[in-house]
Amino acid sequence: MADAFIYDAVRTPRGRGKSDGSLHEVSTLQLAAGALRALKDRNELDTKLVDDVILGCVDTVGESGSDIARVSALVAGYGNHVPGVQINRFCASGLDAVNFASAQVMSGQHDMAIGGGVESMSRVGMGSEGGAWPVDPSAAIPTYFMPQGVSADLIATKYGFSRDDVDAYAIESQKRAAQSWKEGRFAKTVTPVRDINGVTILDHDEHMRPDANMQSLASLKPSFIMMGEQGGFDAVAIQRYPEVEAINHVHHAGNSSGIVDGAAALLIGSAEAGQKSGLKPRARIKAFCNIGSEPAIMLTGPVDVTKKLLAKTGMSINDIDLFEVNEAFASVVLRFLQAFDVDPAKVNPCGGAIAMGHPLGATGAMLVSTALDELERTGKQTALITLCIGAGMGTATIIERV
Amino acid sequence: MNLVNFKHDTDADGILTLVWDMPGKPMNVLDQSLMNELDAIVDHVIADAAIKGVVLTSGKDAFCAGADLTMMEGAGKEFAAAVKARGQEAAMKEFMAQAGAGSRVFRRIETCGKPWAAAINGVALGGGFEITLACHYRVIADNAKAQVGLPEVKVGLFPGAGGTQRIPRLMATPDALQFLFKGESWKPAKAKQMNLVHEVAPEGEIVARAKAWIKGGGKAVAPWDEKNFKMPSGKIFSPIGMMVWPPANAIYRKETYDNYPAVKAILKCVYEGLQLPIDQALTVETRYFAQIMRSKEAAAMIRSLFLSMGELNKGARRPKSEPKTTLKKIGVIGAGFMGAGIAYVTAMAGAEVVLVDRDQAAADKGKAHSDALISARVAKGRATAEQKEALLARITPTADYGDLKGCDLVVEAVFEDRGVKAETTKKAQAVLGADIVFASNTSTLPITSLATEAQKPENFIGIHFFSPVDKMMLVEIIMGERTGDKALATALDFVRLIKKTPIVVNDTRGFFANRCVGRYVAEGHLMLMEGVPPAMIENVARMAGMPVGPLSLNDEVAIDLSWKIVQATKKDLGEQAVDPAQEKLIKTMVVDHERFGRKNGKGFYDYPQGGKKKLWPGLSTLAGKALDPDTIDVEELKQRFLVVQAVEAARTMAEGVVTDPREADVGSILGFGFAPFTGGAISYIDFMGTKAFVELCDRLTAKYGDRFVPPALLRDMAKTGETFYAKFAPKKAA
Repeated sequence: MADAFIYDAVRTPRGRGKSDGSLHEVSTLQLAAGALRALKDRNELDTKLVDDVILGCVDTVGESGSDIARVSALVAGYGNHVPGVQINRFCASGLDAVNFASAQVMSGQHDMAIGGGVESMSRVGMGSEGGAWPVDPSAAIPTYFMPQGVSADLIATKYGFSRDDVDAYAIESQKRAAQSWKEGRFAKTVTPVRDINGVTILDHDEHMRPDANMQSLASLKPSFIMMGEQGGFDAVAIQRYPEVEAINHVHHAGNSSGIVDGAAALLIGSAEAGQKSGLKPRARIKAFCNIGSEPAIMLTGPVDVTKKLLAKTGMSINDIDLFEVNEAFASVVLRFLQAFDVDPAKVNPCGGAIAMGHPLGATGAMLVSTALDELERTGKQTALITLCIGAGMGTATIIERV
Repeated sequence: MNLVNFKHDTDADGILTLVWDMPGKPMNVLDQSLMNELDAIVDHVIADAAIKGVVLTSGKDAFCAGADLTMMEGAGKEFAAAVKARGQEAAMKEFMAQAGAGSRVFRRIETCGKPWAAAINGVALGGGFEITLACHYRVIADNAKAQVGLPEVKVGLFPGAGGTQRIPRLMATPDALQFLFKGESWKPAKAKQMNLVHEVAPEGEIVARAKAWIKGGGKAVAPWDEKNFKMPSGKIFSPIGMMVWPPANAIYRKETYDNYPAVKAILKCVYEGLQLPIDQALTVETRYFAQIMRSKEAAAMIRSLFLSMGELNKGARRPKSEPKTTLKKIGVIGAGFMGAGIAYVTAMAGAEVVLVDRDQAAADKGKAHSDALISARVAKGRATAEQKEALLARITPTADYGDLKGCDLVVEAVFEDRGVKAETTKKAQAVLGADIVFASNTSTLPITSLATEAQKPENFIGIHFFSPVDKMMLVEIIMGERTGDKALATALDFVRLIKKTPIVVNDTRGFFANRCVGRYVAEGHLMLMEGVPPAMIENVARMAGMPVGPLSLNDEVAIDLSWKIVQATKKDLGEQAVDPAQEKLIKTMVVDHERFGRKNGKGFYDYPQGGKKKLWPGLSTLAGKALDPDTIDVEELKQRFLVVQAVEAARTMAEGVVTDPREADVGSILGFGFAPFTGGAISYIDFMGTKAFVELCDRLTAKYGDRFVPPALLRDMAKTGETFYAKFAPKKAA
């Protein structure tokens, strides 16, 4: 089996995912094409060597529909011969795009492929694609469907995380993100979004709240009480986990991932393809896998998939120097820390989606770049990247520097 | 046309009026003969050019109360026989054709090309309402009895003749789902407001109005057959749909614990049907209807909640030789909470009540209970001030036994003490003589021994009410060894008068209901001592179908009372009669922590002032161990709750305490809320199969102890798979 290497990674800054966000005026297509163009230009990439462009995108309707990957590659000037495919594994789409690209290379069928993702949450609303799971009684009822926020609150209730616990975690995320930006830890990867005249529209993550503190977070009302109580979802949660007397609604906008716009792309290739392009590999994709987890609680997949991947590679949790565990909700990361009893300093050391935001289809790819930059900065070797996923899944990838 | 079920007449305008009036039946029902006749009528209407339109009305007091449920109860069995005879696929096709017969002929009415108008003169329920939904116009009489509704879910079915499709095409999806879920009936004004009928008119004018609509050019096209028809809530996959459907699915589970397949089928029919043209939508509905008709839940609920309950209410157990009694004046002795409640329901039924207690103040206090209850009804608009006055005037509170003179029956609800009861009996008989039927509302003392205090023990009987009397629909009638037919007939007539449901049980400790429910509460206690998380005990009990968790129930009844019962049980039946783990728990709660239940604000729950009750955090330490919830088999917990009660019910039948499975079933549902979708504690066994049930008992006995050991009778029945309803086949009421 061939090795798959990461040759480069780029991402856009993350814009606030509302109509007053800086990237709201930038279409999904321009976001994705911008990332692809940056990857091409700064590596002086001969796109003749690129066999495929795989982009994660979750809500694919309107401007993001009908294979945004192919259209983005065309608009980014990759040439007619470069195909593209859009994939959707909800929040892990960007990581799966990297894994799929790696799999193509590892299998020897492709020599070089791009994995990445895009989501303009300000322009294409979360959930606008629809879908059978929450809606069709044949699916929703037997699987105890509930919205993710209620699942996150259920995790907090079942595993004993208080409002203070989740708020404290959120503040730590903000602190780490602010510190990382201050030190320029993302400089290698973040490529500003510019207008048609080359003027910068956004060059930093604009969702951050570095001055958040326990007091300011305490003033926020829990977001999922109404849904839980009047929408009937607390009852669903309790029937699935009857050891719970009442759901402790602890999550709110300040300790959940931010809604943002953004795109990312990683260049993946074999050793030979890298040599042909005159590129130096930055890391090797060591292993990856996916798993299905209990769909009602939905967001515990990172624990299950990490166990599976460690078992598959024969590694122990202590072999990993750095973890990127997507901060979909604070309780997701707290559960990961609890399950593996790992040093919190090793998990999301540069902050995460609570501070910087979670552009659904792109985040997984962004986390790989963050892990890679941080391994290089600290001189460490191995990182594990994992995300929780809608409908109860987990994806994880281990990279190691070469 | 030669019609059996309809009188008909065509007027000068060519409007055919069909007066639905089935011969020899008190009510119009939908049966096969009616479907056939409707089919022929539609053919005739299409063929006869002189007919311009049709008005459908009824010659009975009610328009139509729906399908013949007796026919539906046996659907599953008939189908099984057909499968044996003709194979699965052929039998299924036949069955579906049968299940869809009503829907098909209604659709023919709707698409026959000529306008149909329904003139609804009274109650139109179930299929009786669905036929009007297939008419192009509906006028309803503005009278007190008229109402429309689809109550099928209450007996485990759903409206399968177009109801799940036409209702959500007439009103917003959330309203439609709620109407279908609840099986409510709406009066004319509400029906008009919700778009279910087009017009409300005085009863004498409904046919004329219906004709006027036809003459005025009423269109023979249903709204959903128009090209530009839009669903009231738009498309399912739309922002509105996303607000409606995920919560609808959740609320289904919240309300039903996913125990009621008919309610789930409604959701599926509406969800799938709203994405289809009406004809395909009706096919989808028929498929689900054919599935639900064969479900054991439908069979069980029709039998227990409709047929058996009706039979018991009509006096299935009344000795036929006894002449009808007249019960105009009832004596109630003891004006405490129970006696006051009995006085209230008796006066509500229109009888005079003499309410006796030790002193006038106590008797007056008992009457005040009625005042409070009826005043609350007046405040809610459910009764008038005049009705309140009349009700209170019927209750005479007194301390003088002499006032009992002229009573037709005496019900005693004094303190549970043999001496006090004996004295009451003597005093009453001193006034009324030996021939008066004397009933004791005791829950713990044997009737046979109390009867020895009566001059004629054959006139002494138990009438055991449940608390609160005004809400609980069950009454246990307890036969002492010497209780005679006259006492039984009188007691049954009394229960019928107050519109409650009687079961007749033979005298034994705890009678029927309290024996079974005691097992339920004890099972909760034992789970707690095993280390099952307290919330899981309560939640899983409700998931099993019980209305209240065992710990909540114990808090309501009072834990110190349980402690007294534990001691009495040991005294009467020996040490082994109480599980030491249960005894330890109750003792710790009552003696060490003084946690008596809701009454002192501290029980298995804490009851904060003005706040929601919460499980007492100290509970987790009582067991001394805590199981990991992820390792607990929730399905087994559910089974334990139901099996422990069902096996006790089986024992009552084996012992001859209960002699008719209908009484055990109806009694278990009305008396202590035994999972209604099972049809009751005995149907639970029968539908599982006695063999499978005994195997389950054996498995639970091995794991959890002798309380699951089935009686020898049940073991015998299991050998041949005999059911209770076969072995103790109830005589059908005349």
